[in-house]
Amino acid sequence: MAGGQSLAAYILRRLGWLVVVLLIIATASFFLMRFAPGGPFDKERNLPEAIEKNLRAKYHLDKPLWKQYFIYMGGLFQGDLGPSFKYRNRTVNEIIAESFPVSAMLGLYALSLAIIVGVATGTLAALKKHTAFDFAAMSVAMLGISLPNFFLGLILLLIFCFKLPLLPAGGWGGPDHLVLPVLSLAAPFTAYIARLTRVSMLEVLSQPYIRTARAKGLTEFRVVTRHALKNAITPVVSYLGPAAAAVLTGSVVVEKIFAIPGLGSHFVNAALNRDYTLVMGTVLLYSLLLVLFNLMVDIIYFFTDPRVRL
Amino acid sequence: MDKRGYLRRFLKNKPAAAGGGFILFIGLIILLTPLIAPYSYEEQCLEDQYQGPSPHHWMGTDSKGRDLITRVMYGGRISLAVGLAGTAVSLLIGVTYGSVAGFLGGKIDNTMMRIVDTLYGLPFMFLVILLMTVVGRSIYVLFIALGAVQWLTMARIVRGQIIMLKEREFVEAARALGASKPRIIIHHLIPNILGPVVVYATLTVPAVMLEEAFLSFLGLGVQPPASSWGSLAADGMTVISPVKTYWWLVVFPGATLATTLFSLNFLGDGLRDALEPHSNY
Repeated sequence: MAGGQSLAAYILRRLGWLVVVLLIIATASFFLMRFAPGGPFDKERNLPEAIEKNLRAKYHLDKPLWKQYFIYMGGLFQGDLGPSFKYRNRTVNEIIAESFPVSAMLGLYALSLAIIVGVATGTLAALKKHTAFDFAAMSVAMLGISLPNFFLGLILLLIFCFKLPLLPAGGWGGPDHLVLPVLSLAAPFTAYIARLTRVSMLEVLSQPYIRTARAKGLTEFRVVTRHALKNAITPVVSYLGPAAAAVLTGSVVVEKIFAIPGLGSHFVNAALNRDYTLVMGTVLLYSLLLVLFNLMVDIIYFFTDPRVRL
Repeated sequence: MDKRGYLRRFLKNKPAAAGGGFILFIGLIILLTPLIAPYSYEEQCLEDQYQGPSPHHWMGTDSKGRDLITRVMYGGRISLAVGLAGTAVSLLIGVTYGSVAGFLGGKIDNTMMRIVDTLYGLPFMFLVILLMTVVGRSIYVLFIALGAVQWLTMARIVRGQIIMLKEREFVEAARALGASKPRIIIHHLIPNILGPVVVYATLTVPAVMLEEAFLSFLGLGVQPPASSWGSLAADGMTVISPVKTYWWLVVFPGATLATTLFSLNFLGDGLRDALEPHSNY
């Protein structure tokens, strides 16, 4: 990759890629869904012929496939994801606008919690390496990586909602609705971030410049927070892209367990009900978010690590 | 070596050894399931529904009075089969792709790796959900789809290794003797990168199993009458509520899955530390 490229040119090129990738996903998923056995109206067997005909006309299902494709893509370019097949009289845009903020809030809380707790634990474990704390923290972290989201969520539900009724079992609204979902969503990548931080912190702490900082008489706290952390955090930053993907997938399960009206639960129902437009809309939104998020991470990377060449 | 060195070695190896031992134990049980399972897979006993754990039913019974430990044993066969088959698919794609890119180098390598970078940024599990919805929920589609999600890192590791090896003398010698490119890759390069490949494959098995459990939990993976640990936990979830907490239906399948994944991760980590102390993936 050429060295002298400007940041703006790089961002533009990445955005160009983004458009190409989204076009490919939209096209592939459009045709995949249309060739699938079973249509969106299969479950309503008693529809009179005239109504079914009207429905098919409304959703353009009576037109040839290539025409449907261009109608859909035309709408997509104007940001219109089309009408939902299952929720009559509602558009995919409306459903997403209503449920996405819920998922986004859940995801952001989980991601922030994971970064704060993960980096702190990893740093402490590195500072106290090979002590009981280190061993315990890393064992818990391994457990966190191995526990499926849904299992952790269900265990928390069993303990804190059913056995000790401290927290609501589901729903959305107050801050107490957030505790268990955020915990079960954040656990796996808190664990992963803790492991990443520990390894890279150990490496950084053995560098000569840390010895210099200590020799200057700085407190250990200052050495770690001012000098070591800045470099040790680089692998964590590059993990944020995959972490965001994990949050998105994890939230599907967590929303199901805690009956949260977010985009994830809509997505699974849409997939089970063959709500073509809602499934595609969600996949496209998730792809867009992830690619943008990854781009943002790369830009942060560029600023935090001067060795990175685009 | 001083005391701390021993302690360090002890801490490093014990979990991996314990993990390996547990995997062997699970493997043995799963192999012998048809012989040692206390009941048959479909045997229903409607008077005995929702029994808690007892000497007759160690893990209790489900909504149809079926013995849970029997179902967990059979479910383990499916979970592990998906894990192994998915890993095999990811090995096939990842090793082929990575070694071709690494060996050919130059522009082709650049383009191939750019594609991998792009794929990394996509919400793969959602595409798998889409695929499972569309092509039907066959277990073979599941193998391929999950393997197809997991090959990216394998391809990167293999490519890096091949690039390191391909300028070495023994490759030069093979080339001088007139070996073709595929022959050099298959007979000379791949045997030399088996270490990292095996280590990463060990870590891929739990990743694939986790994804299978995720899909099955959503009702998009393994379909009845077959069941896996994930789908058993999902069945359990549908019948628990504050008034009737049939906790065993969730806890036992989930805990078995979690312990297995835990052991596999420790085993993979231990293998990595032992075989390649300097790797950082």
